[in-house]
Amino acid sequence: MIEFHLDTRSGVAPYLQLIRQVRQALRLGLLREGDQLPTVKDVSGSLAINPNTVLKAYRELEYEGLASARPGVGTFVTTTLSSDSISAYNELSRDLEGWISKARTAGLDDESIGAIFQRSIRTAVQEEVR
Amino acid sequence: MTAAIEASGLGKKYGRHWALSDCTLSIPVGRVVGLVGPNGAGKTTLLNLATGMLAPSSGTIRVLGGAPGSGPGQLAKVGYVAQDAPIYAGLSVADHLRLGAHMNPGWDMALAAGRIRQLGLALKQKAGTLSGGQRAQLALTLAIAKRPELLILDEPIASLDPLARREFLQVLMETTAESEVSVVMSSHLVADLERISEYLVVLVDSRVQLAGQVDELLASHQLLTGARRDPATLPASQRVISASHTDRQSTILVRSDEPVLDPSWSVDQIDLEDLVLAYMGQARTSRPDVSDEFGTKILEEKR
Repeated sequence: MIEFHLDTRSGVAPYLQLIRQVRQALRLGLLREGDQLPTVKDVSGSLAINPNTVLKAYRELEYEGLASARPGVGTFVTTTLSSDSISAYNELSRDLEGWISKARTAGLDDESIGAIFQRSIRTAVQEEVR
Repeated sequence: MTAAIEASGLGKKYGRHWALSDCTLSIPVGRVVGLVGPNGAGKTTLLNLATGMLAPSSGTIRVLGGAPGSGPGQLAKVGYVAQDAPIYAGLSVADHLRLGAHMNPGWDMALAAGRIRQLGLALKQKAGTLSGGQRAQLALTLAIAKRPELLILDEPIASLDPLARREFLQVLMETTAESEVSVVMSSHLVADLERISEYLVVLVDSRVQLAGQVDELLASHQLLTGARRDPATLPASQRVISASHTDRQSTILVRSDEPVLDPSWSVDQIDLEDLVLAYMGQARTSRPDVSDEFGTKILEEKR
């Protein structure tokens, strides 16, 4: 079972934050197929958020094929990220960490690094569109 | 579907002063509704009209399809926690539960006792010796245990410390997750309502300035910044809510159902707090008579 948290100053809609936390837990191997997600009542009670916000997040996860609801029981994870993808994930983040330390050595601050990253993602998206 | 609260041209006058005027609203059932506005805006007046504690001076109000306070059936449907969560200081916690059982046909004693146990309150303790947070929780327990269809909460957490606030909201959200109850809760702080409300009503100077589904309100407002420009030149589909200018730059909040595509603007989303503040500011500037009166007064005092 995982526990959700909420950053109200992030500007990210609360239901999106819940979705991201589930995806993140999947990537890190903290959640695997068959695991139950906290009930809507538990999440809305512990975070003091509207139950429909939690429902919206869970519905979106179902739509993405990551979870499924069993009426009267709860919502369960329906997928496990393969160990291949987890190791790929680890390798990629090691690469990125190496790149970041190179950028720091070149005198870039975090904000500039973020800007390069954002720009590169946008360029990649544009190339995909073409 | 019947609305939780349906008001049309609703107003309440005290002497010559309108505490609430021309209020037309349709609040859907099954939602958590935030009623926000500065102190003295008319929030309590509106809620008292909805419970039937006050009679309107003009217009009409229906609550869950019935006239507020019209009979036992209507009273049983509405749970109400008045401002500062009043309780009977001389009665014990257990006395409050017994009182609730006697006065409410739909009383759920198991629920009430369970909640009290969960809160860690001693049944024998006199309510007058409870902390502010515990008092608010006791009042909320009484309102929930009568199993209402609509829960009306008037600034229930305004005087509580942050931990007690959070605990109150946790219980409230747990309750709405379990039952189909509609909730209308007022506060002068957007932050109190942000996490829990799906629907928001902004009341300023006795008038409803804004009402709607929170996600739709956020999606339909955009903050435009760019080179200085007269707001009157914006397309008609973009309604200007607020505008400020420096000698070079303009910052304009617009309400628009379509995305703003004009490349000369940089377009940002706005959070709920800023949105509410913009409407409060708009209410102030759209009533020049008030500031004029004030200005004249200052001049007179200077003389």
